[in-house]
Amino acid sequence: MSAAFAETGLPSRKLEAWKYTDLRPLAALAPAPAPEIVDTAALAADLPPLPGPRLVFVNGRRAASLSVPPPADMVADLATEGDPARFAPAPLAALNTQFAQDGAAIHVPAGHDAGTLALVHLTIAEDAAPVFVHPRHRIALAQGATLTLIEYAGGRGVYWQNPVVEIVLAPGATLRHVRIQAEDRESFHTATIFVDLLAGARYDAFTLGLGARLARSETHARLGGAGAIAHLAAVQLLRGTQHGDITSVVAHDAPGCASRQTVKNVVDGHARAVFQGRIEVARAAQKTDGYQMSQALLLSPDAEIDCKPELEIFADDVKCSHGATIGALDPEQLFYLRARGIPEAAARAMLVRAFLAEAIEAVSDDAARTLLVRAIDAWWEGAR
Amino acid sequence: MSAFVEPRDPIQAATEGGYKWGFETAIEMEIAPKGLSEDTIRLISAKKEEPEWLLAWRLKAFAAWRETSEPDWAKVKHPPIDYQALHYYAAPKRKPGPKSLAEVDPELLATYEKLGIPLRERAILAGVEGAGEAETRPDVAIDAVFDSVSVATTFRETLAKAGVIFCPISEAVREHPDLVRKYLGSVVPQGDNFFAALNSAVFTDGSFVFVPKGVRCPMELSTYFRINARNTGQFERTLIIAEAGASVSYLEGCTAPQRDENQLHAAVVELIALDDARIKYSTVQNWYPGDAEGRGGIYNFVTKRGACRGARSKISWTQVETGSAITWKYPSCILQGEGSVGEFYSVAVTNHHQQADTGTKMIHLGANTKSTIIAKGISAGRSNNTYRGLVRMMPRAHGARNFTQCDSLLIGDRCGAHTVPYIESRNPSARVEHEATTSKIADDQLFYCRARGLSQEDAVNLIVNGFCKDVLKELPMEFAVEAQKLLAVSLEGSVG
Repeated sequence: MSAAFAETGLPSRKLEAWKYTDLRPLAALAPAPAPEIVDTAALAADLPPLPGPRLVFVNGRRAASLSVPPPADMVADLATEGDPARFAPAPLAALNTQFAQDGAAIHVPAGHDAGTLALVHLTIAEDAAPVFVHPRHRIALAQGATLTLIEYAGGRGVYWQNPVVEIVLAPGATLRHVRIQAEDRESFHTATIFVDLLAGARYDAFTLGLGARLARSETHARLGGAGAIAHLAAVQLLRGTQHGDITSVVAHDAPGCASRQTVKNVVDGHARAVFQGRIEVARAAQKTDGYQMSQALLLSPDAEIDCKPELEIFADDVKCSHGATIGALDPEQLFYLRARGIPEAAARAMLVRAFLAEAIEAVSDDAARTLLVRAIDAWWEGAR
Repeated sequence: MSAFVEPRDPIQAATEGGYKWGFETAIEMEIAPKGLSEDTIRLISAKKEEPEWLLAWRLKAFAAWRETSEPDWAKVKHPPIDYQALHYYAAPKRKPGPKSLAEVDPELLATYEKLGIPLRERAILAGVEGAGEAETRPDVAIDAVFDSVSVATTFRETLAKAGVIFCPISEAVREHPDLVRKYLGSVVPQGDNFFAALNSAVFTDGSFVFVPKGVRCPMELSTYFRINARNTGQFERTLIIAEAGASVSYLEGCTAPQRDENQLHAAVVELIALDDARIKYSTVQNWYPGDAEGRGGIYNFVTKRGACRGARSKISWTQVETGSAITWKYPSCILQGEGSVGEFYSVAVTNHHQQADTGTKMIHLGANTKSTIIAKGISAGRSNNTYRGLVRMMPRAHGARNFTQCDSLLIGDRCGAHTVPYIESRNPSARVEHEATTSKIADDQLFYCRARGLSQEDAVNLIVNGFCKDVLKELPMEFAVEAQKLLAVSLEGSVG
């Protein structure tokens, strides 16, 4: 693997897109391909409580014993070759292409509401040297189809999980995509998601980042058909020496599309949060409506947030804006709660939850929302 | 103009309105051979009769320049610059002082007239003996920099009475070497960036201002920069120091002749504010922007930085950027003193093929420091206009505040407007707020103005001026009027 690193090269901080995230610790790890875990059934307790069909991958391989397969008409062939030009700005996706072995290929037929499907990744590297996994998923929704996709990533040990998800939404299709990253605190997680939206398609994404020593979630959404809508919401809760990076590029290539982004970072300890979000509006994309909001709470004197909300606009009849705020918990609000007899820790927890509520309320799937709230509660309890 | 007259043909309007300052003055010049080497730097230093330490300082900068490469991160495109094809020294030939305006080189006088400098000051700038210092108390003291050298500075005696030093930096090197040595390069070090290193190696003149403790400068100080000679670069260096409790307002204007080839302008401005000092620096940048097809124009690659070293000090940058083929400029503040304040008010207008990548950096080091950024970008024609800014809250910046607002206006569908802010915070008690919007001129606003008898062009000018009001009101009076006119000229031909 280290030889391959030398060839393809992990992106360095000299690349503008990697200015705030340093992958040298990952390069130093020199991970090897993850070995197969034979007794996957023993990992049942590690699964998140998600009802309904689920595809479980253990160390990057499909684990039939843990999976509840979706209807046969939804399973398609896995196509690993994507458009190389599309991957150019995402060097880690190119690495994934080089190493990908397995993944899910989902196709939802036209007009069909496929309900909820979960994709679960467990990476186990407890007794071994550092390992890597490069899962590759392809999700295609035909005209007017609907799906809720819940992705969960967890594991134990020192590993690098580098998934790529390619999503194609035909006209009028709707995908709700909830992602929970709860990897081991020693691990590395770098996800790249490509979304292509055709006319009138809709992509609603929510990403929660809690785990990993270093994590990056990079979304490239292209609104290529008139009237497409993309909502990208993300929440990161970081502590210790964690590094979490949310990066998004929303390209408006067609007229009359709308995009909304809401990003909330809560940073404690010596952790560092990064948000980079770019809205690109092409000449043809008149009547674009783009909005982006980034809010960060710094809970400790050693926490850091770096934020880069970018607009790149080539069409004149557009409405694009972004906002960013950074600060601590409001001392007046804390005082108000303390004056009513609420202990400091509980008061702080209450205010942080209120800060996150707006983003989480947008998740319409009940099971997903419950899982998110529980994950956040568990994080908060672990904090004190 | 009647409301029913159709707007002028855009191309015709552009060529008609054009660039009023595009004349070239035929004056006898002393020019160094093309090319940049240690010998060039030794020549410049010898011409300026500089002390040994400054030559060493320049050579160190030159060494740093050779180590660095041209920055490529800005959203601008230009053919490679051949730094060996430029003259690094060009100066009007010195003659004994004329006795009256009648004896002055008429070309030089005509230049000042076209630049809009008042008659009395014209005489002084032209070096007429005994001119100035008489008559009524003036409002503005002027230093004029013609190509590489400062040709004259007005009202020095009045200023000297107040204890203010305002002179060409070459003179300050001779007359006030300790001050120059102490502060030069203390805000923008020689090797700071490619263009600052180049400037440090070859700068030929610029203004020097020193306002001593407790003194409020009795008048506005002003510099006119003018590039005249062909194939020269202009590299002026400005150094402004306000001691404890001092205050000064400084204005900068610049123009250049109209030519097909591009010319390089790489200036460095350093501001230093000690305890309770205030420096207000206003720029109306009107270098030749190139023609409607994008031929010619100035490459304006400038490093401007202010250090609020003292407690409660304040540095305020106001800029109206209408000229230059390419602008690469980020007037910044290092907020070190407790409770110090940095401000940046900017209007950047690009039309035709102009490119602007401009913004600011606010580095908050000290507790309770505050910064405000108001940036308005207007793009028309086929131009590209980028706001690029950095707000950084360092760990000791307890209670620091920043407010940033960047608005972009697009006129026409062939231009681009971009916003690239970097916001970094390492202190939980620091608060940062950032807002940015991009939009076009609303049809209902235009309709409203047209319905009341304004022409399309006048309506656009009115709306654009309203859009820029927050920035224009920060300019000193005379500059504000000039800036409004400039906005109108710059946007000529962009609507129709």
